[in-house]
Amino acid sequence: MITKRIIPCLDVRDGRVVKGINFQGLADVSSPVELAKFYSGCGADELVFYDITASAEGRALFTDILREAASSVFIPLTVGGGINTVDDFDRVLKCGADKVSVNSGAIRDPSLIPQAAKRYGDQCVVLSVDARRVDGQFRVFAKGGREDTGMDTIEWIRSGVKNGAGEIVLNSIDTDGVKGGFDLEMLQAVCDVVDVPVIASGGAGCIEDFVTLFRTLPKVDAGLAASIFHFGEVKIPELKRALAENGIPARL
Amino acid sequence: MLAIVDYGVGNLFSLTCSLRAIGIEAAVTGDERVLARADRIILPGVGAFGDAAEALRASGLDRTVCREAALGKPLLGICLGMQLLFDYGAEYGRHDGLGLIPGSVQPIRPVVPRSYKVPHMGWNALRFPRDRPVSPLFRYIKEGDWVYFVHSYAGTDCEEHTIATAEYGPRLTAAVARDSVYGVQFHPEKSGAVGLRILKAFCEL
Repeated sequence: MITKRIIPCLDVRDGRVVKGINFQGLADVSSPVELAKFYSGCGADELVFYDITASAEGRALFTDILREAASSVFIPLTVGGGINTVDDFDRVLKCGADKVSVNSGAIRDPSLIPQAAKRYGDQCVVLSVDARRVDGQFRVFAKGGREDTGMDTIEWIRSGVKNGAGEIVLNSIDTDGVKGGFDLEMLQAVCDVVDVPVIASGGAGCIEDFVTLFRTLPKVDAGLAASIFHFGEVKIPELKRALAENGIPARL
Repeated sequence: MLAIVDYGVGNLFSLTCSLRAIGIEAAVTGDERVLARADRIILPGVGAFGDAAEALRASGLDRTVCREAALGKPLLGICLGMQLLFDYGAEYGRHDGLGLIPGSVQPIRPVVPRSYKVPHMGWNALRFPRDRPVSPLFRYIKEGDWVYFVHSYAGTDCEEHTIATAEYGPRLTAAVARDSVYGVQFHPEKSGAVGLRILKAFCEL
């Protein structure tokens, strides 16, 4: 039986890890490479590096950091942020990424998903979606959650998987940063329509939120979070033990 | 010297980094003279069986790998590189493999329960067969240790040479060995400290 995965997310800007609350008010936390080593050592199952840099210099710095992290951390690494073309896939895969997550880039050019899936395989292409409720609908937001695309989340994800996305990260903007638990309703709606792995993101505030997530929605494969791990509010070894004690498969 | 076969398939960055972490500087090469000089060889691979088998044949390195294996040189196939060791693969048609491990590579979708996702992706525990001694490849790890898998096809009809399985509904072939030829379906270079210990054991064979 494969385990449920616990995935810390490192948002990187100008070479430093940052984490926003509802995507605003970023605060410096730590060195990405040091943090990656720390998480790998304490049992993280996978890491996500999210590049939130806008400048070319920042992008070069990001790939340097990715290369350094991949040289010292031997667990799967997913990279996202600024992935707009197949060349961007190539750039980060060469630096040690195992999977690449697309978000706004795929909204701008939906053919990015099938192109990348054909070249690198479905398992390499992660579709990351920022969604929030608008007029009774789960709406896809672009540009780090700032822009309403008008698209329906369930339809967008369904077509993404059909076109070759091998995994989904669903980040609920409604619950992100609130620390009141994952968005179970939205996750359920997504799990109902896809059979690729679904990673829950946005809302975890304590260990119990992860237990509730995996108990309520057995089809969810992984839980992703950032600041609660960075600030030590949830310690991964304790989280893993709590999952195991509740009969949820975890890598201890 | 350890050589990693470079036949244009797959990304060798993580593999070379993980070997460096255990003090092994690997030569990434498509040169058969370097492979002949190496004291052990790793055959990596990602993607589809047919494309990879064709790339290996087109490079002429299929013969080199088989020749070196026949000489008793330790060979480790990883993921698709492991699958290529088999007689043939059934991914998008039938494609010949290297024939170093008897058996074939078949899709897992028909054998795993409907509710299980394919690819088999994530961390799964290694199980060792009861009826034989633990392989020297696993001398530094224990049964139940977790390794990282990503695959939709698996080696079949190879019970005699199976040294580890992973439970995913049925038991899927996780590792095989025959004489000095070894293959692991999982990614040791992505399996944390456990993976590094498996690579270390291979480097000491």
